[in-house]
Amino acid sequence: MSASTSSSSRAPAGAASGGSSVLTVMGLAAIAVLLVAPFGVYPVFLMKVMCFALFACAFNLMLGYTGLLSFGHAMFFGGSAYITAHTIKVMGFSPELGILAGVAFAAALGFVVGIIAIRRQGIYFAMVTLALAQMFFFFCLQAPFTGGEDGLQSVPRRPLFGFIDITNDVHLYYVVLAIFVIGFLVIYRTIHSPFGQVLKAIRENEPRAISLGYRANQYKLLAFVLSAGLAGLAGSTKVLVFQLASLTDVAWQMSGEVILMTLVGGMGTILGPVVGAAVIVTMQNYLAGLGEWVLVIQGVIFVAAVSLFRRGIVGEVLAIAKYYGSRKAG
Amino acid sequence: MFELLGIPPQALFGQLLLGLINGAFYAMLSLGLAVIFGLLNVINFTHGAQYMMGAFAAWMLLNYLGVPFWGALVIAPVIVAIIGMVIERTLLRRLYNLDHLYGLLLTFGLALIFEGLFRRQYGSSGLPYNNPLPGGTNLGFMFLPNYRAFVVVASLVVCFATWFVIERTKLGSYLRAATERPDLVQAFGIDVPRMITLTYGFGVGLAALAGVLAAPAYQVSPTMGSNLIIVVFAVVVIGGMGSIMGAILTGFGLGVVEGLTKVFYPEASSTVIFVIMAIVLMVKPAGLFGTAK
Amino acid sequence: MRFAAILLAATSLVGIGVAQAADPVPVKIGVLNDQSGLYADLGGPGSVWAAKKAVEDFGAAAKGLKVEVIAADHQNKADVGTSIARKWYDTEGVDVILDTPNSGVALAVSGVTQEKNKVFINSGAATSDLTGKACTPNTVHWTYDTWALANGTGKAIVKTGGDTWFFLTADYAFGHALERDTSKVVVDNGGKVVGSVKVPLNNADFSSFLLQAQSSKAKIIGLANAGGDTINSIKQASEYGIVEGGQKLAGLLIFLTDVHSLGLKTAQGLNLTSAWYWDQTDANRKFADEFAKANGGRRPTMVQAGVYSGVLHYLKAVEALKSAKDGAAVVAEMKKIPTDDPLFGKGEVRADGRHIHPMYLYEVKKPSESKGPWDYYILKATIPANEAFRPLSESDCPLVKKG
Repeated sequence: MSASTSSSSRAPAGAASGGSSVLTVMGLAAIAVLLVAPFGVYPVFLMKVMCFALFACAFNLMLGYTGLLSFGHAMFFGGSAYITAHTIKVMGFSPELGILAGVAFAAALGFVVGIIAIRRQGIYFAMVTLALAQMFFFFCLQAPFTGGEDGLQSVPRRPLFGFIDITNDVHLYYVVLAIFVIGFLVIYRTIHSPFGQVLKAIRENEPRAISLGYRANQYKLLAFVLSAGLAGLAGSTKVLVFQLASLTDVAWQMSGEVILMTLVGGMGTILGPVVGAAVIVTMQNYLAGLGEWVLVIQGVIFVAAVSLFRRGIVGEVLAIAKYYGSRKAG
Repeated sequence: MFELLGIPPQALFGQLLLGLINGAFYAMLSLGLAVIFGLLNVINFTHGAQYMMGAFAAWMLLNYLGVPFWGALVIAPVIVAIIGMVIERTLLRRLYNLDHLYGLLLTFGLALIFEGLFRRQYGSSGLPYNNPLPGGTNLGFMFLPNYRAFVVVASLVVCFATWFVIERTKLGSYLRAATERPDLVQAFGIDVPRMITLTYGFGVGLAALAGVLAAPAYQVSPTMGSNLIIVVFAVVVIGGMGSIMGAILTGFGLGVVEGLTKVFYPEASSTVIFVIMAIVLMVKPAGLFGTAK
Repeated sequence: MRFAAILLAATSLVGIGVAQAADPVPVKIGVLNDQSGLYADLGGPGSVWAAKKAVEDFGAAAKGLKVEVIAADHQNKADVGTSIARKWYDTEGVDVILDTPNSGVALAVSGVTQEKNKVFINSGAATSDLTGKACTPNTVHWTYDTWALANGTGKAIVKTGGDTWFFLTADYAFGHALERDTSKVVVDNGGKVVGSVKVPLNNADFSSFLLQAQSSKAKIIGLANAGGDTINSIKQASEYGIVEGGQKLAGLLIFLTDVHSLGLKTAQGLNLTSAWYWDQTDANRKFADEFAKANGGRRPTMVQAGVYSGVLHYLKAVEALKSAKDGAAVVAEMKKIPTDDPLFGKGEVRADGRHIHPMYLYEVKKPSESKGPWDYYILKATIPANEAFRPLSESDCPLVKKG
């Protein structure tokens, strides 16, 4: 097979590193907007966007920065949701412990899946993760603690840390915002650490990274576990917002959705998945009345994104900015 | 009765035969995937949707034009293959020199579009398609519906014909050569792009043919492909994509394994193929018949 | 939440004050169901039509009610369903949510409805938990539930001679519950369960399981599954000559639309329980004719009829109270007034929120007996209202006082 040559030559579009001071200012402005947002926009909707944005960012850590397309991230998102919902509802955990349990489970699951999946690259990796996620889906369907098709309903919103009341949507909004910002910063730090640099080196040229003495598989496994854990954090947080965990979260369509979000926003860019999640969740929200057209529209967006704007929204904007920047400079 | 090891041998034969029938579908679908992957280096995620479209094409031919099953068996795959070739020419072709992942994502998007359109038009509860070969034969150890027997024979014929064309004919040797060195084959005066288009059409046609064969046995429904395709992916990973024969043998083999699981431990029958996949990956990452790349 | 509830109550009080001063009582009905997926045919747009028709037939405007009907698609996702429910209750002033098939979504919406003190009248979902351990003072379960299906089918078939059973059970909570409930009924009535096999969900090929059912020699093969699984198992049973071989199929959750999509040739001889069938009384036929005119010739299912009947009863309660704002009060009123409408006849809404009415056992006709499309069922037995549903003495609903 002639796969090895082409898989290294064309990795997904990378980020154009912009001026960091501009980014800081933009980041602060974004946080300011997010702080006042619940007074203008329906908070449940905003929380949903943030959960999916975190999920997409975690996913992007694999696709955009490690070059591995996981088609099974729903198992971490949904698996963690089940664990959180079960520990809080049935075992009486507090929300923070429930989330912790969910994230720990997702990371552990990520470790097991990672060991199996990183044995293959490229599309095989995608197919293997998809198959394992489907297996996990059947497990969730049959296991009694998940409630099968009914899912887990009416998960109580107990006070966070014993004293922060989160039954009010606006209070909960700030908790979710904090979780989102923490998760986002962890991803940001990871990407800009030496570890992140090695991941990028592996993405660009794995044999060379190995020849330089990096144990590529260990790096990939660690990235996978991290990505799984953060996807789990997103899933657990979603439980607090919607007070339920259901099969939707572990189904393969969910894995497809997160890929779509990342692709639309711009894979390999730090903000791309956030923008992509906002766009897709908004679309689902407003097109809910269109029924099956949602599926068709999602498909069309997939095809359009792959055929026309492979860099995604953020990637294209950055490319345009860079183009004009270089013209001005030259 | 059927509990654990107390299975009478004749029942076991029955289940083996049933496994072979299921395996026939796996084999035809994974064969199509392998053919497409071999030449295009694209994992055709639309394969499940094309299988579904084959079944729907048969249904439409019968209900709108009065074409019976036997006619649909030929016409439906051709129609779906033509649609496939148009897709290859207009969309897939532009992605060949990019990362394979884009091909996967594009075909995934197409699968969503097709599934959505058919659900929109026909609802998702499915449509009936009458059995063209009613009745069956009592084999002593089981009742074998005539139609199921036909499916096994038909798919064996198709699989081995495909194997023969690719491995034993001149056309097949061009194909294999184009897989290895498209530039060189092009230089010999063979129209490689056209060959690629036709190959994609052929792979898609196989999926559609499997769909037509499935129509009388299962309900014709827009979601029939998306559930199956994930299992077929696992089959492909287990077999490895190195050889045509590998795809065929793995398909039939796993069908039998799944069939036996349905007797011994039915709860696991939906996951057994994925478990086997995990084990194979641990032991032989390239797949049973695959060659390490 | 307390604070929010008080605030909500306060605003709604203001709302009532204004309404009574000048305008008719505003009522906003939201039909929340599957408009496009698996359950779209049995509920979907037809349920929306039924709700609007009920408003019209009730003569709401003349009785001082200003009723508006809106609809949305929950896509069978619990999170989408609850998002819509919350948005409707929080920002769009919806007073009651109707239909909502898919047990998972229904349970979730029931929770939100209680939190917001609105009303939830479920017609489409099967789970008996809605009036069991998950019952709330704000939820009414109108048309059917798993207990009633299991009981109706199980009891009536054993009484008509089908005393040995083999189950094909969908391998998840819903299937297990159906099998458990039905087995109990079969055994209690003197029948015997000779075996069962758990079938994975969305399994396309049933031949292996059917073969086991066939060799069990059971008289009745109980299908404890739903939707596409039921359809595929019936279709393949016909291929394997199971019905011709003298065994009968008993579908535990089958709708008219499923039979329609299977065709009589395949579905003939199937036994099933239903709360309502269009061709049973003149009133039903009249309703069905109007339904067909507006819905491309399709006949209504029991779910759609249930939506119609549920809306009528709900409006009666609102008319009596002159307000739709306090959900628990409306439901209490619904429980107080006996139910009476052209489609479901006389009945009651019980303390646990269960609407009580007779259930019916039908057999699917042979193609030769049918006069045409949608003429599918023969009535085999009527299960009287007092036997059709889970008795309160066995209820695990916290609203029901024990002893």
